[in-house]
Amino acid sequence: MAKKQEENKSDIVSVLDENGKSDEQYLSKISNDKIKEFYKAMVLIRAFDQKAFNMQRQGRIGTYISYKGQEASQAGTALALEDKDFIFPTYRDSGVLLLRKQPIVQILQYWGGDERGLKSPDSVNNFPIAIPVGTQIPHAAGAGWAATIRKSGQVAVGFFGDGATSKGDFHEGLNFASVFNAATIFLCQNNQYAISVPRAKQTKSESISKKAVAYGMEGIEVDGNDIFAVYKAVKEAADKARKGNGPTLIECYTYRISDHSTSDDASRYRSKSEVEQWEKKDPIARVEKYMQRRGIKIDKDAILEEAKAKIEKEIEAFEKISAPDPKDMFKYVFAEMTPAQNKQMKDLLGE
Amino acid sequence: MVVANIIQAVNMALKQEMQRDSKVVVLGEDVGVNGGVFRATDGLYKEFPGRVFDTPLAELGIVGTSVGMAVNGLKPIAEIQFSGFMYGPFDQIFSHAARIRMRSRGRFTCPLVIRTPYGGGIRALELHGESGEAIFAHTPGLKMVVPSNPYDAKGLLASAIRDPDPVIFYEPMRIYRAIKQDIPEKEYLIPIGKANIVQEGNDLTLIAWGASLKMCKDLLEEMKGRYSVELIDLRTISPYDRETVINSVKKTGRCVIVHEAIQTCGFAAELIAAINEDAMLSLHGPVVRVTSPDVPFPLYRLENDFLPSMARIKKGIEKVMEF
Repeated sequence: MAKKQEENKSDIVSVLDENGKSDEQYLSKISNDKIKEFYKAMVLIRAFDQKAFNMQRQGRIGTYISYKGQEASQAGTALALEDKDFIFPTYRDSGVLLLRKQPIVQILQYWGGDERGLKSPDSVNNFPIAIPVGTQIPHAAGAGWAATIRKSGQVAVGFFGDGATSKGDFHEGLNFASVFNAATIFLCQNNQYAISVPRAKQTKSESISKKAVAYGMEGIEVDGNDIFAVYKAVKEAADKARKGNGPTLIECYTYRISDHSTSDDASRYRSKSEVEQWEKKDPIARVEKYMQRRGIKIDKDAILEEAKAKIEKEIEAFEKISAPDPKDMFKYVFAEMTPAQNKQMKDLLGE
Repeated sequence: MVVANIIQAVNMALKQEMQRDSKVVVLGEDVGVNGGVFRATDGLYKEFPGRVFDTPLAELGIVGTSVGMAVNGLKPIAEIQFSGFMYGPFDQIFSHAARIRMRSRGRFTCPLVIRTPYGGGIRALELHGESGEAIFAHTPGLKMVVPSNPYDAKGLLASAIRDPDPVIFYEPMRIYRAIKQDIPEKEYLIPIGKANIVQEGNDLTLIAWGASLKMCKDLLEEMKGRYSVELIDLRTISPYDRETVINSVKKTGRCVIVHEAIQTCGFAAELIAAINEDAMLSLHGPVVRVTSPDVPFPLYRLENDFLPSMARIKKGIEKVMEF
């Protein structure tokens, strides 16, 4: 079934596939430095993901949601955006956050049960990740709509997975964005599973990108393991939105190599051979091969070591952070604490 | 001064705040060309081009996109046509609007107002008459305001729009046009979180809000000073004015609380808990609450049996006075 679906993908945006087939016309416009930057970004976020997973296993952070296999979708999107843009990420988008200047220390803080991790750096607009599925989609529509009204030149990107497209939030968000010409990109990482439920059971629609048709919106399907294709699609959609030409739905066709979360065991619902098939489409390996072909020299080991060293340094800082002050619970609920909160805080802290 | 009913006062506040702050936008079902099904937004569409939006018929979409607008530099005022339709977007209100400041450590805020007509007594359809104020008061991060007259409606709505945090603004549908008052044309604010002592008294504290307040006032007039009653209009349910309630009960030693919402976990329960904590030794008898029963709001042939009536409030007052 999955194979048949893929055979039908004649209109999928692809720049560099797993067999080395490439769109040289597009790639020739991308500098060697840019290609190295893409590669390094993916290596960094994969190394972080692996490390965070290990830290959960060691009890150094709580539940963690891995994005292994989806590095091209996340890096390709993050690198195509500007700082002033808004992102509305899900729990599976730590890679996007990391590449959008969210300090690794803070990402670990969040997964380590410390709300301070969610605060966006001032230079970017990283909305706190959504834990309920799909609820952030209307936020992206609203923020993009505000950008249109304010003529701010920003783009809002709503991240979600294939499962979220079954929710009413998806429908209402896309419908509003289209009706009001919002400067929004709806970025679906179709990783084929919503925990255990495969994509085919979420929708009878031939693809997720095709759902855009009903909203009078452009829908694009890209090879989500092809960082160039993702980057190209997002960049074009962002340019279009900035010019006031409305929203786009982008489906990144990819695969979650990892379990759903650190509490999940994916072997209960999918075969080893299926995972192996997807490992052959690895987003990082294909860029390595391409760089070799193009004569871009890199030191693979040095790049990985550099990424690991950066992560280790941040982990060191993370582990030195003292526990949040219980007063913090009261501090940010309203602009000003209510009399009741004030009293409860004093009672709680025995003051 | 100008004579206005509640709906006109709401309209005046919206207009005034839109003139004052270009970031204010209005969105909802039928709020544009039609001016709202109750005419609350009448004339705004023409006066403020590009700032008043007739949305698709989708409450979750209205609130969800309002959250996105609020975090990206606008001050949306969303109308939910009837409060019974607030439960679809409740996830957006509870899980997001109310938590954005906290989750982002103040980096993002959600200065959003959701206006909605609430309450029974007008022979409306199902799910048009409920009073859900306690549900919103039970949601940390939200403010919950219920005016009972035109003067308060204008001043409280202006405060709600200027508030940096999300406010649910419950408009008492039953008395939208029942009270006419002279209210100032120029701007004024009534602070959120402050109750109003409508009339002072020494024998008993009577607390109500919204449409029930008018019923209490009418009753006291009918009872022609049989008791010296201190009537308090709570005005803000969350954060409520505990101090005014406690001081009054300490003075009178007796209290009756009236609300249209059902009894169990209705807001009277919270007020009684506060009185228990802070004014118990002043009480001459148990606090009485006059509420609707713990059943779903019935179709309209029974709504007057379901809702608090003047007769039931009177009985409640007598019960406390004769304890």
